[in-house]
Amino acid sequence: MTALTLTNVNKSFGEVHVLKDISLEVEEGEFVVFVGPSGCGKSTLLRVIAGLEDASSGEINIDGQTVNLVPPSKRGIAMVFQSYALYPHLNVRGNMTLALKQEKQSKAVIEERVATASRMLNLEDYLDRYPSELSGGQRQRVAIGRAIVREPKLFLFDEPLSNLDAALRMNTRIEIANLHRALDASMIYVTHDQTEAMTLADKIVVLRDGRVEQIGTPMELYNNPANQFVAGFLGSPSMNFLPEGLLGEGQNTIGIRPEDLFLADDGPLTARVSHVEKLGGDTNVIAKVNDHSVTARLFGQHAISEGEELRFAYTADKAYRFDTNGQRLR
Amino acid sequence: MNKARHNPINTAAMHGALILYTLIALFPVFVILINSFKSRRAIFREPLALPNADSFSMIGYETVMKQGDFFLYFQNSMIVTVASLFFILLFGAMAAYALSEYQFKGNLVMGLYLALGIMIPIRIGTVAILEMMVATGLVNTLWALILVYTAQGLPLAVFILSEFMRQVSDDLKNAGRIDGLSEYTIFFRLVLPLVRPAMATVAVFNMIPIWNDLWFPLILAPAEETKTLTLGSQVFIGQFVTDWNAVLSALSMAILPVLILYVIFSRQLIRGITSGAVK
Repeated sequence: MTALTLTNVNKSFGEVHVLKDISLEVEEGEFVVFVGPSGCGKSTLLRVIAGLEDASSGEINIDGQTVNLVPPSKRGIAMVFQSYALYPHLNVRGNMTLALKQEKQSKAVIEERVATASRMLNLEDYLDRYPSELSGGQRQRVAIGRAIVREPKLFLFDEPLSNLDAALRMNTRIEIANLHRALDASMIYVTHDQTEAMTLADKIVVLRDGRVEQIGTPMELYNNPANQFVAGFLGSPSMNFLPEGLLGEGQNTIGIRPEDLFLADDGPLTARVSHVEKLGGDTNVIAKVNDHSVTARLFGQHAISEGEELRFAYTADKAYRFDTNGQRLR
Repeated sequence: MNKARHNPINTAAMHGALILYTLIALFPVFVILINSFKSRRAIFREPLALPNADSFSMIGYETVMKQGDFFLYFQNSMIVTVASLFFILLFGAMAAYALSEYQFKGNLVMGLYLALGIMIPIRIGTVAILEMMVATGLVNTLWALILVYTAQGLPLAVFILSEFMRQVSDDLKNAGRIDGLSEYTIFFRLVLPLVRPAMATVAVFNMIPIWNDLWFPLILAPAEETKTLTLGSQVFIGQFVTDWNAVLSALSMAILPVLILYVIFSRQLIRGITSGAVK
């Protein structure tokens, strides 16, 4: 059973065509991440799925039911917003129960669901507090709790971690992963952060300019990118792109991931070091090959200093080739 | 207060300027108040002196209480002001929400049209308004005043409130929609509380001109039973003789309710209940 099916969904705001012919499927229990640079339409796509925006054309199907004309509250979805969007005049309990009261659930059901959700999210001590009395992380947990109590068919997360600081972001990321395991629910998660995408997703949808660039598991996309955009977007530091002419003959582009470059005295790439990032476990070397910047990620600690000349090598099976349009050549 | 960022000279200068302004603003009120408790002769002999045992007199208040139906005027003023403010805030907020939240054809033109009223004084249309009120039989009713004042206050209210409503987080409204709240509930329960400071601003801006207005009560509702306080006080001002004791007493009493309303609204202005809604 598929939790969500999009068929040729288009969305325009006046003249601006934001979503272009998007078709995809979310299986039941799957964690799908929409990722892409800002302005690629990923949030708009999520809002179309939620029903906050109408699709200009195409079909949206949630759990076997076409929902194009169904209002958001009846679509069986719950959404977690980037800005938390808690109701300021209600306490935590009120925030979590509002939707259930609107659905006319019985008191016992409401009581039980709030208890379960607050136990899962460690919110039991805060149920009587108001949003203004909570920290950022707690607010985000309340927002997630508000989604959980509804027991939706589909969870929608709109960049839920981008307002949190780095340490909290990592913890909350793990919490969301645990939550997905515990609830076994279908989730769609929008982010521009490729680390979140890689670590959370069962399936990643890479979007650019309102178009789906590639769909696949994180490792599929990483090992087998369909084009230069996907190759460059996933992976940190991002993939090096060098003109083929630099290494021999041809008009194409060669892509090599920073971790696939290694030091070799007879390597084909002669580079002058412009910057070194020593991270302890890794050393990132940013160097220039002619005018092209190259990043190499070397394992361990290396005594390399700026201005030094190094030679890098790579194995041929780790090099990707892209044609002039950015399409992968195999 | 943070000592590092405030030096005493600046603080003193700031307070000095504020105190000076307060004194200037309060001086006329003060003069009215002290003179309302003085005998007629004392008012003219030494207008700035405080009332003492010799000059103290309640004659003004007694005249006001005896002559004319002062409490009725008072009640009329109160009804007109409160009702007008209620309608200005209700309709102004609704129009502002529609303009800021929903994208429809002519949204911008409609907004400009509604804002046009800020630049055109409503008194220009007095004759037409009077004709309209006569035709509808609303002359000499409080409704005539309430309707006119509501129309007069709406342009600025829509202008200010729509600006504030644009700042209310979309996510919050969308969260409400996903939770199954109706557009009305979203408006009344989520948006209005968040723009409360702006509502208070609009209320204060509108309240004082309405309370003090003489023009429209004189033209639209001069009958005895619909006189407002300001109009009612005019009976003491004659072409040849003016009963200053009564005028000053009436004005002193007229200040009180506005003061109370002002305190209520200004508390709203500074109350920061909105923090924590987003971010």
